[in-house]
Formats: sequence, C-alpha cells, structure tokens
Amino acid sequence: MPVISVKDLSKVFGKNTKEALKLLEQGKSKEEILKQTGSTVGVNRSSFDVEEGEIFVIMGLSGSGKSTLVRLLNRLIEPTEGSVLVDGENLSTMNKEDLRRVRREKMSMVFQKFALFPHRSIMENAEFGLEIQGMDKEKRSKKARESLELVGLGEYIHQYPSQLSGGMQQRVGLARALANDPEVLLMDEAFSALDPLIRKDMQDELLDLQETMKKTIIFITHDLDEALRIGDRIALMKDGSIVQIGTPEEILVNPANDYVERFVEDVDRSKVLTAEHIMKRPETINIEKHGPRVALERMKEEGLSSIYVTDGKRNLKGYVTADDASDARKNEVRDLNQILKTDVPTVSRETSMHEIFEIIHNSPVPIAVVDEGKLVGIIVRGAVIAGLVGESEVNEDHA
Amino acid sequence: MLDFMDTIPVGPAVKSATEWIQDTFAFLFDPIKNQFGDFMDWTAEKLAELPPILVILLVAVLAFFITGKRIGLPIFSIVGLWFVYNQGLWEQLMQTFSLVLISSLLSVIIGVPFGILMSKSKTAETIITPILDFMQTMPAFVYLIPAVVFFGIGMVPGIFASLIFATPPTVRFTNLGIRQVSKELVEAADAFGTTGSQKLFKVELPMAKSTIMAGINQTVMLSLSMVVIASMIGAPGLGREVLSSLQRSQIGPGFVAGIGIVILAIIIDRFTQSLNKKQVN
Repeated sequence: MPVISVKDLSKVFGKNTKEALKLLEQGKSKEEILKQTGSTVGVNRSSFDVEEGEIFVIMGLSGSGKSTLVRLLNRLIEPTEGSVLVDGENLSTMNKEDLRRVRREKMSMVFQKFALFPHRSIMENAEFGLEIQGMDKEKRSKKARESLELVGLGEYIHQYPSQLSGGMQQRVGLARALANDPEVLLMDEAFSALDPLIRKDMQDELLDLQETMKKTIIFITHDLDEALRIGDRIALMKDGSIVQIGTPEEILVNPANDYVERFVEDVDRSKVLTAEHIMKRPETINIEKHGPRVALERMKEEGLSSIYVTDGKRNLKGYVTADDASDARKNEVRDLNQILKTDVPTVSRETSMHEIFEIIHNSPVPIAVVDEGKLVGIIVRGAVIAGLVGESEVNEDHA
Repeated sequence: MLDFMDTIPVGPAVKSATEWIQDTFAFLFDPIKNQFGDFMDWTAEKLAELPPILVILLVAVLAFFITGKRIGLPIFSIVGLWFVYNQGLWEQLMQTFSLVLISSLLSVIIGVPFGILMSKSKTAETIITPILDFMQTMPAFVYLIPAVVFFGIGMVPGIFASLIFATPPTVRFTNLGIRQVSKELVEAADAFGTTGSQKLFKVELPMAKSTIMAGINQTVMLSLSMVVIASMIGAPGLGREVLSSLQRSQIGPGFVAGIGIVILAIIIDRFTQSLNKKQVN
C-alpha cells in the first residue's frame, strides 16, 4: 500500500472556486480560467502514489504549483477538491485534532528558507516538534541530540540559528524534522537557498542518511539536476498539472511531451559537453624565443594576468604570471625558465564538464587542454558557465 | 438651506447615556472607586514611606544592571532623584510614579489580549481599529468628564482617563508584532502540529516581543503625560504642583515640578527600552 496516495487533488485560489473547477473539468487552461473567473489555479487534478521508502521528487519551475502541492499534502493549504490519503486516512476531510496528530507523528517538513526559530537555540529548535507533543524534557533532549548528531551538528547545540551558516541552518531544519521520527519527510526546496557546492554536499548527505533511514521523502525542487540526482521517481509539473511521472531514466529517455523534452535537452547538453567544446585558442609565448619582457607585453595587450608558455612545437611547458614577469624585468632576468610555473591544471579534449568544474574551481589560471603534450586550447571560467547555460557558440574562435 | 432640521441632540444623548451607565453600573463603579481607590492610596503611601535613600540606591543599582553595567543611567538616576528630593517633591514623585505604574500595568493587561485578538481575527481588527483611532484622537480632557461622573475625583478617575488614552499603542503594537511574524515560521509551527495556544506562546509572542515592548514603552510614556491632565480632576502628584503653579502664575515652582516629571520620564523610558534591548539579544 502506498504511504501517500493523492487523487484528483485541486487547489483554486480566489472566490469563484466552483466555477473554476467546472472549467477545469472542461479542460480549460489556467489563463482562460483566470480571465473568466478571476481565480488562480494552483494545482490541477493531480494524482500520484508515493511508496514507502522512496524519494519522490516534485519538479517544476516557479509558478508551476509545486510548493502549493506540497502544502496540500499536510494541509497547510486547504484543498479545493480531491483527497490525500496518508496510510489510508483521508487527510483532506479529517478534523483538526486528527490533522494535528498526523502532523505530529507522521509528517515533518523542511523549509526553503529554513524557518528556524531565531529565539530558540539549536537544541531547542530540534526539540520543537517533540516539545509540542508534550514529551518530557529529558527524553526530548536525548532525541533531539541524536538527530543533531545524525546531521553532524552535535557540537553546536547551544548556538543560535543566526550564528550558523546557511548549510548548517538547513541541517538544523533537517534535524528538527527527523527528531519527530516521522514516516514522511516533506522537503520544500530544501536546498535551493544554499550555495551550489554546499547544495551538492547536502544532497549527498541526504542520500547517505536515506540509506539507513528509509523514510518516505517528498522533495520539491526547481532544479532538474537535483531531481535527477536524488529522485527515485520524479513528477514534472507545469501550470499546476503533473506532466509526467517516472524514474529519472524514463524521463530522460521518453519525455512525455515537448515541455519535458526541453528540460531533458538542457541536461544532456551539460553531460555531453567536453573540454573540446568550450576551450578557446590560447595566447602563448615561445620559451625558445621570448623573454619576460615579451611575456609582459603580450599579457598587457590581451589583458591577461598569466600566459601559457610552449616550445617551438607547441609542447606545453608551463605558465608565467604578470607579477613574476614584471619582477623579472626589474631584476633584469632574461630567461623565462627562472619564473616558469609548472603546476599547470591540464585536461584532455575528452574531459567532461563536470570534472572541469572541480578543477577550475581550485585553479588560479585557465585550464590547459593538452593533446599528446601539445597545448591545444585553454578553458576560462566564463566558458564553463556559458557552456552550462547552453550557448553552444562559445567555441567559435577555437583553433 | 442648511438649517433644514434642528440640532441633532448628540450632546444630550451622550449625557443621558452616561447617566444611565452611572445608575445601572453603580454597583460596579462604587466598589472600584472605594476599594481600588484605597489600594491606590495604600500603594502611594507605602512607596512614599520607603526611605528615599533606599529607593534612590535601588533604582541606581537596577539601572546599572539593566543597561548592561553602564554607568550613565545610574548616575543620572541618583542625581535626578536626589534633586527631586531636595526640592521637597518626593512624596509627589511617589504618587505620580504609583499612578503611572498602576495605569501602565492595567493598560498592558488589557491591551495585549486585545492586540492578540486583533491579530487573529480580521473582523476584530476591523472593529477595534477605529475605536483605537477614536480613543487616541479625542482630546484627552474629554475623558476627564465621564471619569469624574463614574469615579468621583482623585487617583481612580485619573487612572481611568489614562487607561483610555494610553492603552492603544500596546494594542496596536501587539497586533503588528504578531502579524509581522514571518509566514514561513508560522507554517513551520503549523506543520509540526501546534495548537493555537502553543503557536501563540512558543512562536508568535516570543517573536513579537520586541515590537510589543516598543508599544508598552509608548503606553508608559503616554500615561505619564496624562499625569498633568489628570491632576485637573484631583489626581495627586507632580502634575498637581504644575497645575496649581499654573493657576497662581508661579513660574518657579511650576518649572521645578515640570523638571521632576521630566526626570521621572527619562528614567522610566530608559528602563523600558533597556528591557527591550536585552530581550532582543
């Protein structure tokens, strides 16, 4: 039996909900309904089941209704029509008391902007759900501490949220949700407010935790990469409707319509692109002919802070920086070898963009693309970003 | 053209309504007038009986700790309060202080719950807002009239008038503070299954605390400003000194009593503000 079963769930914001629902049945679009009734369709007759222990990702761009949908699941927003069954109990018709019980015992939520209570310490934040249930102090402290240790924050229990970084704050948010030991975890864009690198860490950590916890997780995101990384199944939303539900592979291989296909294209691009596609022709100087003076002048002309050095056959020797070259000129050093740096970050033509990302992140100079010892191109940060966004024209000037 | 009808008898209507209230609720007003009046007198008396040196030192020590161990306010308190004592206005100071203290306390006790009510219900907000506007814009002198009718003269009507005049900021700021609590925090509280009162006491009120305290600070200051006005209906204290100086055109004593009020105002204001700052951190 699925843990959560959603059937024909709709939400219409506005006064004319009945008429709007009728129009929805007739298959009218969101815009038409807004025009005719003044009501906004948040979620349009969505149905899906979530099985125990799976990570179910609801993915869509902003305005697609995904945040509304997740709030219908724990009834922070009242559904206009349809049902949400949690363990067979219909959430959308239950009374307030039962609803509170379900929220306390079965579902916890993690929020996009963390939603930590600033007046409570980390420990008190993690305890919140248990405190609400009336658990005694000692027991709830123990549980909260366990769940803080689970997310790696055992040391910080007496700090306050404002003293922690974004990533750590969201760990507290996660610990607070886990402390209740819920069956279902609702994560509303939980990692979207974090830096890309920290976001990736958090995704890995969530997957690690999931290995042992086996919770049922409903994860909302607007980021397809994130969806593909962590989702067991993905539901793609557009204009309040679910367009396709499937495993990441199914969505990639068999997109249900043009809309899904457009997303998939973007993903393929970033996975398919290699160094060759985004490198550009390098500015170089010849170590056999040129000295620091020429190096410096060339850098000035091109507005560079470093330049690659090759021999006459374009074999990569290393690079020199503008600072070193100008020092060398002052001290009347003639030989480039004395200021040559050889800790060059190199990749081959076939290196994928994902690997380049990590290399370029740590590199002070552009990455050298090398083919059999010869320098064939360089990659600057801008090119990587442009490549990811899908501007395929970045390589037009590559030699 | 404009005289198509006689004067609408608003004044007489208010008068008869007031009389009706006075007669009907006499059973309520009389005990308030007597017992609460006794209590007020007792408070003022006890405060005045305390050795002034003890009070001054106590205020200074409290000021020292409440302002985070800074020396400015304690020194000001010692010098200021001594000056009032030196001018022979100590008893009046204590009377004024007990008036402000009691009326502010009552304002907060009445105001905060109304503020909470307003923040929770759109209807309540729609009804209460214009009443608060009315209470604040009506010239304060007008409240003295029913106050005297209901409670005679003395401290009690002073407090009654001061309540009407000084409660609105507490109500407004409580409402504002709770409404300003971020939507996501309220959602978080709901998502964890809080009851209404758990949400209120564990999330909303703590988050709104500094705003509410700002409102209370305003309330205290307003009730202090009512002290002079309330002296017109026999409320004792520094205000009465100002009033009687005014009536006799004695600039000297009037000025001294005025300074006394200013000193009291500064001390109370800094106290309530420091309390607020402390809670924010």
